[in-house]
Amino acid sequence: MKPFTFILRGEPDQRLDCAPLVPERLAGLSTAEIARLPLNTTRKKITTGEMFRIRAGDLTSLRLEGGSERLDNIGEGLAAGSIEVEGHVGKAAGRNMSGGRLTIAGDAGPFAGSGMSGGRLEISGNAGDFLAAPFPGEIQGLRGGLVVVRGQAGERAGDRMRRGIIVIEKGTGDYAGSRMIAGTLIVMGSTGRLPGYLMRRGSLFLAEQVSLSPTFLPCGAFPFAFTRLFADHLKAESRAAARLLRGSFERYAGDMAVLGKGEVFVAARW
Amino acid sequence: MNVRGVEIDDTFAEAFAMSGAAIIITGPTRRWALNAATSITGFATSIIGCGCEAGIDRELGMRETPDHRPGVRVLILSMSPDELQKQLANRLGQCVLTAPGSACFSGVQGGPRLRLGDAIRYFGDGWQISKRLDDGRHFWRVPVMDGEFLCEATTGLVTQAVGGGNLLLMGRSYETTLRAAEAAIDAMRAMPDAIMPFPGGIVRSGTKIGGKYKGMLASTNDAYCPTLRGAVDSVIDASIGCVLEIVIDGLSEAAVAGAMRAGLRALVRLGPKRGAVRVGAGNYGGGLGPFKFHLKELVA
Repeated sequence: MKPFTFILRGEPDQRLDCAPLVPERLAGLSTAEIARLPLNTTRKKITTGEMFRIRAGDLTSLRLEGGSERLDNIGEGLAAGSIEVEGHVGKAAGRNMSGGRLTIAGDAGPFAGSGMSGGRLEISGNAGDFLAAPFPGEIQGLRGGLVVVRGQAGERAGDRMRRGIIVIEKGTGDYAGSRMIAGTLIVMGSTGRLPGYLMRRGSLFLAEQVSLSPTFLPCGAFPFAFTRLFADHLKAESRAAARLLRGSFERYAGDMAVLGKGEVFVAARW
Repeated sequence: MNVRGVEIDDTFAEAFAMSGAAIIITGPTRRWALNAATSITGFATSIIGCGCEAGIDRELGMRETPDHRPGVRVLILSMSPDELQKQLANRLGQCVLTAPGSACFSGVQGGPRLRLGDAIRYFGDGWQISKRLDDGRHFWRVPVMDGEFLCEATTGLVTQAVGGGNLLLMGRSYETTLRAAEAAIDAMRAMPDAIMPFPGGIVRSGTKIGGKYKGMLASTNDAYCPTLRGAVDSVIDASIGCVLEIVIDGLSEAAVAGAMRAGLRALVRLGPKRGAVRVGAGNYGGGLGPFKFHLKELVA
């Protein structure tokens, strides 16, 4: 069965809250009812039907054609099924996802994957700042699942992540893995300043040499068996990450400014 | 029943349900994977005195192990899940954690779980690291003096494992009987999910239940002792000079049957002149164990 498709009619003149457009919230609704769902974020009411041409199909497999950086909260709370976006998206894509797959062919705004606890989020372009980070006032960022960014991520990617895996294939801005609580963040390409800033636990893999904070202590190079497990696990998701993880690493422990049970692995040969 | 000169007794091996587990031990080299596996399966010949029965199922190539290092698959069986858990945790902590470069993984997927890394992670004294993959697998990384010990959190419990499958090999002389036992063991070791827990897979001190002395759970199987022929109710005639037994445990009834079948075929292939003239099996009349392995069905 073909996916249920939303085709963007044109650039929205206000930011749109696309949170209702997930399989579990559309289940049981007719196409006409879906067309009447409000997406406005200002007082000017705008419905799904006004913003998108709708092509009915399988409601567990959604497709959005024609992206815009004004499409916010796409895939919010996604628990099962899949959403595929052919274009850019705005802030907080995949926010609080617990399952299913969200695939974005373009760029994503800030807070993509924020609060995720399961499922798979793939961004083919770049991700904004605070990838998989908590919203202000929240304690934990990513709590599970897998986030793959084929391009670059902005600042503070993986901030306060608690569990799960993030793979960024072309580098990050400053403070990658800041305040990590646990989990695994893998970065190919360059990282900005102070990766692992104030990380408590967790593992940060870096493909390129970087100047770490002096509060990280060198531990030496060891044959870490678990990196091979991760390489196998990620082989189908990111060949670059799998290749990196099959290599050898220098390990640095930190951030000693806080708990100090985290670790930064810097590729010895890459 | 006579198969190519080897007499197969019209009897059956009587076996019991046990709790079983399989783990995969890897090491930096085959030598160190085997060292750890040999150690964890040490002093685990019989449930009577060892608390568990354990053995090496098979060696694994680098392509077969989760961390792409040489490995060994080990089976451990005990009478209850609780006793098995105790044995597993003790042996893992003393024999695998301690072996240079070792890592340990689940050898049974699914089912109820037994604690592996979950049972010994506190050895890390707060520095242990948990890694959970989104496919549900969970690992512990425990810092040790040569780097770190990687251990999967749990392994699967097999509640319907089978213990006590056996073959009694009877030959004219000590040499031919031992040769027959070795040939059978070589064939049986190739079978999956089964172990022969005694030294080299062979036991010479087969038992009967109880004995004349108070407190003896088991004593020598006098009916099969050549030196007691005539003095007791013997079941071996004058042509039998030596009897050896092979005990088989497995993760399933089919695994034990498969190993016994392979052993019987090897004995028949070797023939009565160079090997065993007669093959029997031990049982308790069929009233105790739920599993019965009839020798005639296995050689058919």
